[in-house]
Amino acid sequence: MELYFFLFFAIVAVASSVAMILQRNPIYCVLLLIMVMISIAGLYLMLDAEFVAIIQIVVYAGAIMVLFLFVIMLLNLSREEGGTFRIQKPLAVVLAALLFLPLAAMVMSYAGGGTTTPVDGGEAGFGEVEQIGTLLFTKYLLPVEIAAVLLLIAIVGAVVLTRKGTVAVDG
Amino acid sequence: MIPVSYYLVLSAVLFLVGATGVLVRRNAIIVLMGIELMLNGANLSFVAFARQFGMADGHIYVFLVITVAAAEVAIGLALVILLFRNRGTVNIDEVRSLRW
Repeated sequence: MELYFFLFFAIVAVASSVAMILQRNPIYCVLLLIMVMISIAGLYLMLDAEFVAIIQIVVYAGAIMVLFLFVIMLLNLSREEGGTFRIQKPLAVVLAALLFLPLAAMVMSYAGGGTTTPVDGGEAGFGEVEQIGTLLFTKYLLPVEIAAVLLLIAIVGAVVLTRKGTVAVDG
Repeated sequence: MIPVSYYLVLSAVLFLVGATGVLVRRNAIIVLMGIELMLNGANLSFVAFARQFGMADGHIYVFLVITVAAAEVAIGLALVILLFRNRGTVNIDEVRSLRW
């Protein structure tokens, strides 16, 4: 039963992501990427990661993807894109296939390590908000603070960059 | 129980599809979306390993990766808007001069 759920989510994720690469219309690309995000959230739920699944849907599928959609609609992008570099597509596929080799080697070497079966059940409360919060504010306090500063910098940077009139360069 | 290697294979496939998207597509917004897909593939292996070893530390990493992704998207889309405003295009093939 669990395997069927895994296969369902995995096939939806891979099919949507491949369709996203092939899709010409940027709006459909965003919607397909949201499909990928939601199926990955389903996989997170199967891995007992409830908190991560929720922030995957709320932050990724909700906030980040809506930001993409907003920018695409703001710029009114629905034109066909054309490349100037002709051999790019076959070259890109070859490069991606080459990248597959070390990844496959890593997965295979790990699968050969003998520890392929996950621990059964885990301890109670695994992946829930209480455990995550405790870790965030004790062991990982410094990374959380750094992430907070990073977000602040991103906010200020986005506002400064898109402010009209100051940084615009004469084209 | 599903072996963790299945999740690793899926995360590798998602990462590769994202990388292919970054290399193939010419629309800067789609390229950013390909980067998001690659980050998601990496996140999936973090969560799978967290489940396997019974440690929630992997979830913290995913949390931090999502934070970085949000910051990256905010800056990236601001740059795309700026690019469109100045050059009237988001095709990254047409943005190759260092100065003009």
